[in-house]
Amino acid sequence: MPHLLEVQGLTTVFAGDYGKNISVDHIDFHVDKGEVVCIVGESGCGKSVTSLSIMGLLRKDGAVMNGSVLFDGKNLLSMTEKELDQVRGNEITMIFQDPLTSLNPVFTVGNQIVESIRRHMHLSKEDAKMRAEQLLLKVGMPDARGTMRKYPHTLSGGMRQRVMIAMALSCNPKLLIADEPTTALDVTIQAQIMKLLKELQEETGMSMILITHDIGLVASTADRVLVMYAGQIIEEAPVKELFENPKHPYTRALLDTVPTIRDSADRQLISIPGMVPESYDDRTGCRFADRCKYRRPECDNPQKDYGFGVNHKAKCVVMKEGGIML
Amino acid sequence: MGRKTERIEKKMVKKKKFKKEILVGWDEKAVKDIANESYVQTIFRRFCHHHLAVISLAVLALLVAAALLAPVIAPYDPDEIVGTFSGAPCREFWLGTDQIGRDVLSRLLYAMRISLLVGVMATLISTVIGVVLGLIAGYFGKGADMIIMRFTDMVMSFPYILLVLVAAAVFKPGLWNIILILGFVDWPGIARLVRGNVLNLRETNFIKGNIVAGMPLGHILFSEILPNTVAPILVYATSVLALSMLDEAALSFLGQGVQPPTASLGNMLNGAQSLTVLTKQPWLWIPPGLLIILLVMSINFIGDALRDALDPNSRG
Repeated sequence: MPHLLEVQGLTTVFAGDYGKNISVDHIDFHVDKGEVVCIVGESGCGKSVTSLSIMGLLRKDGAVMNGSVLFDGKNLLSMTEKELDQVRGNEITMIFQDPLTSLNPVFTVGNQIVESIRRHMHLSKEDAKMRAEQLLLKVGMPDARGTMRKYPHTLSGGMRQRVMIAMALSCNPKLLIADEPTTALDVTIQAQIMKLLKELQEETGMSMILITHDIGLVASTADRVLVMYAGQIIEEAPVKELFENPKHPYTRALLDTVPTIRDSADRQLISIPGMVPESYDDRTGCRFADRCKYRRPECDNPQKDYGFGVNHKAKCVVMKEGGIML
Repeated sequence: MGRKTERIEKKMVKKKKFKKEILVGWDEKAVKDIANESYVQTIFRRFCHHHLAVISLAVLALLVAAALLAPVIAPYDPDEIVGTFSGAPCREFWLGTDQIGRDVLSRLLYAMRISLLVGVMATLISTVIGVVLGLIAGYFGKGADMIIMRFTDMVMSFPYILLVLVAAAVFKPGLWNIILILGFVDWPGIARLVRGNVLNLRETNFIKGNIVAGMPLGHILFSEILPNTVAPILVYATSVLALSMLDEAALSFLGQGVQPPTASLGNMLNGAQSLTVLTKQPWLWIPPGLLIILLVMSINFIGDALRDALDPNSRG
């Protein structure tokens, strides 16, 4: 079966003060129908830029240099804006990080949902209103009819994100890209929103790309996980495999940073020393090497994907040669 | 806990202080009304907080009504010679007559029509130009922004009155020429204002969300971004309205504006260029002067109140 979304060799570049900054460097991945793929990684490793590149939403100083994004067999990157408009909204939609600025402050919530429904589904105003109310109920808004008449600033962050989800679902997309949908929300609301997204995804059978820096979210939601570091995908595995058997030292370090409920009282929180390097274009070897405790001379050679069992790949030569004792 | 606080509470309730204090500023019905009102109602309620603006609105409404109804309420034909030269106010001519015997009151009413027409039309023209150029410059950025903003700077830095005078000299002074000239001169401020707002709005998530939702460009520009800048535009437009009325008065005063015999507030003031009129015949220049002040001031007050009332994010 062909993949729903297939990204090949995607490279995105931003114009910086001292020349080009490669933000996303030759990444390949795919999303199948009905699958939830998580992209995890620290801030600044290119997760959001990946999603913006797919959607054609890069700012004016950024551009995709290389690669292709095939959605349903069509290359999104070679489409004109008009053709893209047919795909965006109808087949792919996106939820943003900050629900506080995701709604137009001068229109009521109902107004905005109805607008988006009518644009894509060609319903009459009454039918669109009905559908908007149903959607709001579906995303768990208690007073759907009342909410329709409210302005965004009267809603809380969690409620606004629910409205955003309702809007994203308004035209039954095949793929939903959620870019850190819960980052701005507190933990209890975060859990509710994630549960809602997962439920809706299962119900509608759409695919989802979930971008997050919270590896805890990944475990409960994803089918497959991509770990990104410094613009590259350094490990890719089914979610269970990744948590049980992480291969790349960076993935291990990420997992180690999560406190668990079984930790003893005196456990210190672990952090990964150092930071994501700011410009990593000229590095030929492993980009994590400077922060890695298993560093060896081979690490400075160009790394490629090494297979570790079914569907499990990681960019670490040291691991492949079985060099790490745990 | 317990007994002591209870006793204090009881005392307070007895004095009827306690209960009242809790309810201060919390009128249940009022709160419910506010929650249910529409945006227009909210704007109206906020607007009414500014008493000066409400009075100004009333004054302006009265003046506009008088101007519109001029053919009905004016006692004489404004261009016809009906009385003595430079007659002082009397029962027949409430505001006297001008140098060639026309009724000042009638001329004043008609002059207000002209002045308002010039103000409103010039404001409309400059607002449309400013909004469109500002939207384009702000949204597309890069070359478009560069060209439009430099052009804006050019228009802005040109000696304003000189430009108007030259234009008026080239295109023969006349009512519509004045409107067009003023309209083409007043837009840079609005263009800059809109551009600045669009620059901010363009980066917000809801605009990205609209792009993601596949909304066409026209919709994004005019139905999403524009409503968010309506408030500042409207406020700025009120000041342009006032300014263009003043400019019309100034131009007409200099003889390059609305041409006699058509009356405008500016060319009625024209008479005050002579010392005799200024000192001996105040009925010729005080009424039009006062009217200009009244119109401009009330429009400015209304603009101020609108700024507060229209901001969708402010509460209260």
